[in-house]
Amino acid sequence: MSGFARHRRSKRIIANFTGFEADLLRSLAAQLVELLRNEAAVPREDQDPFEAMMDFSGPTSEPDDPVLARLFPTAYPTDDEAAAEFRRFTEGGLRDGKAAAACTIIDALEEAGLPEQLTEDGLMIDVELDEPAAETWMRSFTDLRLALATRLEIEDGDEAYWAALPDEDPRAQAHDIYEWVGYLQETIVGALSR
Amino acid sequence: MSAPSPVEVEPDTEKDLVPDEVTVLATPWVTIVWNDPVNLMSYVTYVFQKHFAYSKKKAEKLMMEVHEDGRSVVSSGSREEMERDVQAMHEYGLWATLQKSE
Repeated sequence: MSGFARHRRSKRIIANFTGFEADLLRSLAAQLVELLRNEAAVPREDQDPFEAMMDFSGPTSEPDDPVLARLFPTAYPTDDEAAAEFRRFTEGGLRDGKAAAACTIIDALEEAGLPEQLTEDGLMIDVELDEPAAETWMRSFTDLRLALATRLEIEDGDEAYWAALPDEDPRAQAHDIYEWVGYLQETIVGALSR
Repeated sequence: MSAPSPVEVEPDTEKDLVPDEVTVLATPWVTIVWNDPVNLMSYVTYVFQKHFAYSKKKAEKLMMEVHEDGRSVVSSGSREEMERDVQAMHEYGLWATLQKSE
């Protein structure tokens, strides 16, 4: 396992993934895209059907899914009306941006040689990113980590709990993946900060 | 909250405004970033430097406030400006809210 580094001569931000790692990253990014596009943007059941059809604006209430609720937090905690207005004007664009960022990861991995179905042993995927692309990956790593952490119910100071789980526990495996994406993010921030 | 004051309003426009509007214009809003157990300290610092063009020192100070106090006021200005900052923080995956300055 190696993280991101800045190539001294080309100044590009590079990383080498095993086929397994690249496939895992693609799968996480694809799940995020699916989640972002799945839940209807305007799930208002209290609305008149005709009005609902004519309403092309964004959502006004917090998403039901806890991951989406964390990705799109309420901007005005004590003012429901202002919060709904803010959400109407921002959530659609934020969703599209986050989905596009995750797609950037998928596309780059496939352009670097990741086949649709991973069958080959010993495949290595070399990724080379310019700064804007590395920033996009960095932001999307945040979304992936927020999604995993919300599903795992990660809390401050719970390291001992995760360390004590037996290796075969699926939660321990998911937590390892969460830590790995954190490592990738830490190294990409380091490479971008220099 | 600090006393609303119309001093920053240009004399020409002031006469067209009723007192309430003057108050609204002069009342500052703030963007607050809240602590979460996920975001990396290095990342939060990077975001504050990048979005607000803060020095590394200031960005680190604000990041430590978020980390240790649970929240930090990271910017202040008009309501519209703060809405843009909050939206940008949400793009970066930080948990941000806005409110009138206390």
